[in-house]
Amino acid sequence: MSEPAMSDTKGASVVIVGGGVTGLSAGWWLARDGVDVLVIEKGMIGWEASGRNGGGCTHGHSPLFLEEQRLWPQMNELLGYPTEFSRKRIRLALNEEQLALYSRSLPNAARQGFTFDRLDPKQIRELVPLAGDNVAGGYLYHFGGHANPHRTLQAYAWAMQDHGGRLIQHCAVTGFRSEGGRVTGIETERGLVGCDHLVIAAGPQTGRLSAMLGQEVPMASARAEMIVTEPLPLMAYTGIDGNGLYGRQTLRGNLAYGGGPHEWLELPDDHPPAKPSTPLMGHIARRLQELLPGAAHARIIRSWAGIIENTPDGRPVIDSLSSRSNVLVATMSSVGFGLSPASGRAIRDLVVDGICSFADISSFRLARFAKLEPNWRELQGWRFVPAEAV
Amino acid sequence: MAPRSRIDLKSVAGRELHVEEHTQLLVIGAGPAGLAAAIDAAGRGIAVVLVDENPVSFKAMGEEVPQHYGQGMTGAARNRNAMMESFIASMPQIEAAFEAGVDVRLGTACWGLYGNGSGVGWLPGTVVGLNDEERCWLMGAEQVIVAAGRRDMGLGFPGWEKPGVMGATAAVSLARLHGAFAPRRIVMLGTSTEALTAALALRDAGIEIAAIIEQAPEPVGPADLVSALRGGDCEFLSGHVVREALGRETVEAALVAAINATGHPVGEARRIDCDGIVLAVGTTPVVDLLDALGCTIAFQPERSGYAPVVDADQRTSRRNVFAVGDCAGIWSSKSRDPRVSESEARRAVAAILSELGSGDGRAGQETVLPDPPTYDLSAYRLEWVRASIIEAHTEFNICQCEEVTAREILEVRPPRYLDWQAERRNDRSLATLLGEGPPNPDQVKRLTRAGMGPCQGRRCREQVAALLALEAATPLSAIPLAKYRAPVRPLPLSIVAQIPESEDQVEHWDVWFGIDAQWRPFWDVPELYTVATNEAKGPVESE
Repeated sequence: MSEPAMSDTKGASVVIVGGGVTGLSAGWWLARDGVDVLVIEKGMIGWEASGRNGGGCTHGHSPLFLEEQRLWPQMNELLGYPTEFSRKRIRLALNEEQLALYSRSLPNAARQGFTFDRLDPKQIRELVPLAGDNVAGGYLYHFGGHANPHRTLQAYAWAMQDHGGRLIQHCAVTGFRSEGGRVTGIETERGLVGCDHLVIAAGPQTGRLSAMLGQEVPMASARAEMIVTEPLPLMAYTGIDGNGLYGRQTLRGNLAYGGGPHEWLELPDDHPPAKPSTPLMGHIARRLQELLPGAAHARIIRSWAGIIENTPDGRPVIDSLSSRSNVLVATMSSVGFGLSPASGRAIRDLVVDGICSFADISSFRLARFAKLEPNWRELQGWRFVPAEAV
Repeated sequence: MAPRSRIDLKSVAGRELHVEEHTQLLVIGAGPAGLAAAIDAAGRGIAVVLVDENPVSFKAMGEEVPQHYGQGMTGAARNRNAMMESFIASMPQIEAAFEAGVDVRLGTACWGLYGNGSGVGWLPGTVVGLNDEERCWLMGAEQVIVAAGRRDMGLGFPGWEKPGVMGATAAVSLARLHGAFAPRRIVMLGTSTEALTAALALRDAGIEIAAIIEQAPEPVGPADLVSALRGGDCEFLSGHVVREALGRETVEAALVAAINATGHPVGEARRIDCDGIVLAVGTTPVVDLLDALGCTIAFQPERSGYAPVVDADQRTSRRNVFAVGDCAGIWSSKSRDPRVSESEARRAVAAILSELGSGDGRAGQETVLPDPPTYDLSAYRLEWVRASIIEAHTEFNICQCEEVTAREILEVRPPRYLDWQAERRNDRSLATLLGEGPPNPDQVKRLTRAGMGPCQGRRCREQVAALLALEAATPLSAIPLAKYRAPVRPLPLSIVAQIPESEDQVEHWDVWFGIDAQWRPFWDVPELYTVATNEAKGPVESE
């Protein structure tokens, strides 16, 4: 194959590969700072995990938590487009075991200054009209909330464009051009695009793309499933989950929930993976019916699946490659949507200032995998196991 | 074989799926094609289960599932036993199927078709989801013949949400199968073979056809069908559209007007009294199950739109899944002669026999190819949408479930329930989305919610695709198919929840991936991560 010609697409100071929620948030933060930024997406923005998740914004374990909590209530205004952010969350437990389990994360938030109430069944039935007599207890979070993933994703893209950032969709990256330890250009289906800085935030493709630059971000990808019902009357609190499920009542009234087993996959390099759902739908439905017995009659109108990447410890990587000094890799390891206002800002800080101004993100460094076993996927059982191989 | 310890217990790997029953061959749909397949296969010694969702419950019909009934059913449709009897009586081959030893299940819907392939590997073969009024279960099938039939493209005009506006397929099934069709005098839209044969079927059932409306300058269907309908009280009004469905609560009249070459109305609108307006501007193959499974579906105008890609044996891109009858493609000679569908059915059965090693693979049937199109299907449907929707005198909802108008779709407006008033810096519309790539109905759906309601887009998806095509100035073939997802029929949580779960799945169920290290607070994370030194222990608390 001959060398790709220079593309019609003008290069940019910062090129971001990947139009998911992390890449687009970073693009928006950079563009609003006046940085010349271009996001390149192989398909449509948000077509993988970013647009298909539960929309939760409550991550007390993360160093980005404080910024997540600070930014979400302002996001509609900052972006200029609706995100459907809705405050607070109630987590319901149907037994003592769940009650104990759900109490575990709350100290993380409390340590950072956020409060919650423990609710008894009577209080729950007052706050959550669809809850039933089977509820054992729960927690009302006076923080967090949820938003509409696809709407938010589009809002990032449009807001970035409003600030002069550019977006190219349907354009796959095929390689990179390097000089003197730095990436100078991105080879794409539409030709070569020049850059001063490169951010790879390509979700499940981040590992493969970083490997092309000599330093592979270890990750594995899996398929996870969700269901959505027809709309029901809107409850006063819409961030209701528990009983082994994550999810929310959308502001339209639908119940959108997921949870349960995932399937590890080997992804094709050359085309977007199929995202079939499976009869796990029924098992999610059972838990949702138990969680909100008042919704037992509600009809499921769709199920869907998303492909999601995880690093070996399930924690994010936002770090520069040691093999290429002007390349930043970013994966939020399956917990990207809620943290996206903050992760985009962290990426902006690292690209522009070389350091994150608002949080200690040293736990996101790639160096933590320096001693990782090469066969870690095998060791953790994160492999595609077709039925006939079991 | 990999040792169990190397399997992620939080994953589906190695999980048992509770499949309640198994069959050699499942046939989905008891129309002429499905019945022919089931009877032929049973006669050749194959164990066959034949399912059909008809008779559909009165409640489902009221919710426009699986067809656009437009509340056109009489009270007779409430009597389920009578509906069952009329269905069996009107389809004599059902009796023949029983006699041939087919395990016939009526009132049983198929809401999901699953199998291993790209992106999924844990399923125990091909699995279908079935349900009736009370129950929901999974069935394993070695071979599947889908004979899911046809559906009508919706077409909006002011007042089209009124009871009495319905699809031709629903009208014919109510009238012919059940004698439960309420309207007595109708106006029909469209003049394709499918429209005209539907009109004849309704006329034979004693319904008066007041007028047949066609936006094109001449009827597009065969002259002999036009002749058969012309005369009496049935008027053909070519170069016309329905401007509005009039009536206080239900349809009392259609207001029709002539249009010029660009679809713009000209001259006085005229009132035609009727109590039904039947939409037959586009008949499309029902591909929902096939698409959800992952079969290759392509826009094939000679097959009336998006249809599965099938080989000479009616085999889809999945080796053990076949499509026969209308769901494999609709064309004029096939709509007029059931033997075409029946021949497809027999070819599929022959291929299955050959697969099972008990036949020579020959059906003794000639492969029948679609007729060459006699009109440009894409342009025809786009002209209907332009004349009926774009040129409408007032705004109305294209997506009735989610209440989204054509303008809201084209401007990619946030849904009304958000009451989004903020001043936008730039004018964002479909045009700006189009600048970034080909229009995609799924993208527009997620932003506007058009097609996201309980009717699962059955009434609006073809119209939305046409609006996108008109806006992008592309043919319909350039607009991707909006993905179908299980359940392809809306199903109550309480019914779906009956699918049993394996004990080890219950034991290991986790909210998220169940990665112990993932939720460790950032101040407590070790400097190095290796699998061997990982100390994080569950059960973890996913946030």
